[in-house]
Amino acid sequence: MTFLSYLISGISLGSVYAIIALGYTMVYGIAKMLNFAHGDIIMVGGYISFCTTSYLGLSPFISVIFAIIVCTALGVLTEKLAYKPLRSAPSLAVLITAIGVSYFLQNAALLIWGSSPKTFTSVVGSWSVKLFGEQLTISGTALVTVLACFVIMAALTLFTSKTKMGTAMRAVSEDKGAAQLMGINVNTTISVTFAIGSGLAAIAGVLLCSAYPTLMPTTGSMPGIKAFTAAVFGGIGSIPGAMLGGILLGIIEIFAKAYISTQLSDAVVFAVLIVVLIVKPDGLLGKHVNEKV
Amino acid sequence: MKSIKTLFAGKKRDTVISFGIVILAFIIVQIMVATGNISSSLKGQLVPICAYVVMAVSLNFTVGILGELSLGHAGFMSVGAFAGIVATTSLADTIPFAPLRLAIAMVIGGICAAIAGVIIGIPVLRLKGDYLAIVTLAFGEIIKNIVNVLYIGQDGKGLHFSLLEQGFELEEGGKMIINGPMGVSGVAKISTFTSGVVLILITLFIILNLINSRTGRAVMAVRDNRIAAESIGIPVTRCRLLAFVISAAFAGMAGTLYAMNYSTVTATKFDFNTSILVLVFVVLGGLGNIWGSIIAAALLTILPELLRAMNDYRMLIYAILLIAMMIFNNSGIKTRLLEKRAAKKAQKAETAGKEGA
Repeated sequence: MTFLSYLISGISLGSVYAIIALGYTMVYGIAKMLNFAHGDIIMVGGYISFCTTSYLGLSPFISVIFAIIVCTALGVLTEKLAYKPLRSAPSLAVLITAIGVSYFLQNAALLIWGSSPKTFTSVVGSWSVKLFGEQLTISGTALVTVLACFVIMAALTLFTSKTKMGTAMRAVSEDKGAAQLMGINVNTTISVTFAIGSGLAAIAGVLLCSAYPTLMPTTGSMPGIKAFTAAVFGGIGSIPGAMLGGILLGIIEIFAKAYISTQLSDAVVFAVLIVVLIVKPDGLLGKHVNEKV
Repeated sequence: MKSIKTLFAGKKRDTVISFGIVILAFIIVQIMVATGNISSSLKGQLVPICAYVVMAVSLNFTVGILGELSLGHAGFMSVGAFAGIVATTSLADTIPFAPLRLAIAMVIGGICAAIAGVIIGIPVLRLKGDYLAIVTLAFGEIIKNIVNVLYIGQDGKGLHFSLLEQGFELEEGGKMIINGPMGVSGVAKISTFTSGVVLILITLFIILNLINSRTGRAVMAVRDNRIAAESIGIPVTRCRLLAFVISAAFAGMAGTLYAMNYSTVTATKFDFNTSILVLVFVVLGGLGNIWGSIIAAALLTILPELLRAMNDYRMLIYAILLIAMMIFNNSGIKTRLLEKRAAKKAQKAETAGKEGA
């Protein structure tokens, strides 16, 4: 039974990683940039939700919507101000700019909310489901997280395959120049991608803080790095890959914590990533592109 | 001037500039110290600046010359730091002369980091681009995690190692060197600014000569076009591994220098943020530009100190400056300025040519 409960908390943590990784993957697929500030958008989402529930006394559901709106706006704004001028710059320059944005968000949060950790109350509430004669307890937060992850994944898959905007996104990610010649507005498409990614980050932030209730300006950075790892693990640029990578990473992390060592769990996660990338250099579901001379 | 040029076979302007900057900075700082015109916070930053300069130069070798993005350079720094600490502490009685002990510790730190570089480089260099970057990040985190659970103690019988928990009993008079997550405390601070500058000069001498050597040109050829390089018979894998390991070795030496400046050192000091910090130095200084790295590392380490007047806002301003510099560096404004300058130069040359005729 303990195995099952570890598995469930692994899937729940993995779902959070998956939601963050979806944002990473979409932005990478289209803008070909590693958005290191993504993890900090998660943190902002957590703080916004915290403030609206604790200071304004709004209901948790409205606080989530509020967090999504603020993060979406923030994502689009950073894209417009910091990344758009660098569209033709080398990828390393964009990477450093993203790191600058990450520093900026962390330090702005430090100034606004202070360095002392805030205790986040779960937006889902403290109910739980008991199974097998109370042997197995699944928290409401875990259930909602997993559910949210699957809904988001399904919605995103539908969005990218069925809608006009989604088709435009796929076209831009394949060939920016050709997409532009076909009359696709590349800038708008990239902005929409950032908006979706940041909105997802807000949801991930709220769910992450619901499960692990300490909220600090640096809360987002480690989950951000791990979600990025998850995106690479599953094959960066692929939506089902991000989902698979995220959930696997969560399960591996929780199992490593439970059965190997709490302190070495991160090392185990990264070691698995390295092994996977050596065996399958494009990630689990990544497309292999042949090198042409 | 002529003699300096013949001394360094590279004959490159960059070589002279790089050495010039370091020696000039050393003289200026020495004068400032002698006349007492140096703030205590800046004085405390001198050794870290040297360590970061060496880190930046060594990372520039990986990113700028080898052309592969490394996000785990702090891992090598960590290996060098802790290997150096173990070396100095265990050699404290045999070699009482601090500078010699520091030099030996640096060599040991460098060798250990180089070994880590080989172990990491073999799998990492099989990958490409962003995947390679993420694996270096992963290795950096793994090193941090492992050092964080490492226990090393010393007694009459020699050194004792264990992982996860202290799995050994020390004899009477023995002492713990690395104490797991608590890290190291009570290290003799034997790093000095002079030793830091000497390390920078040695690093520059080796790296610059290497860049201008046959091997260096081979590495750059691999960077520019791997397939073309392979087809003319350059051993691609060996070249890449060599460059990666050399870079790791210098990072290790920088780590030893850095660690010996503090009495307490923990593994978390060498985390992802440190790797990123050094990467920022390299990118801002210019990829492949060694003296650019030196200046960027020194300036950006001092910058937060200079912004101290802004108090709480200093890191925020640092972030804004970073973004602004990156955008300026890559935007149309700079290209237009450069074009204007080039046009002016061309015009001048033209008029000069006409006058000459």
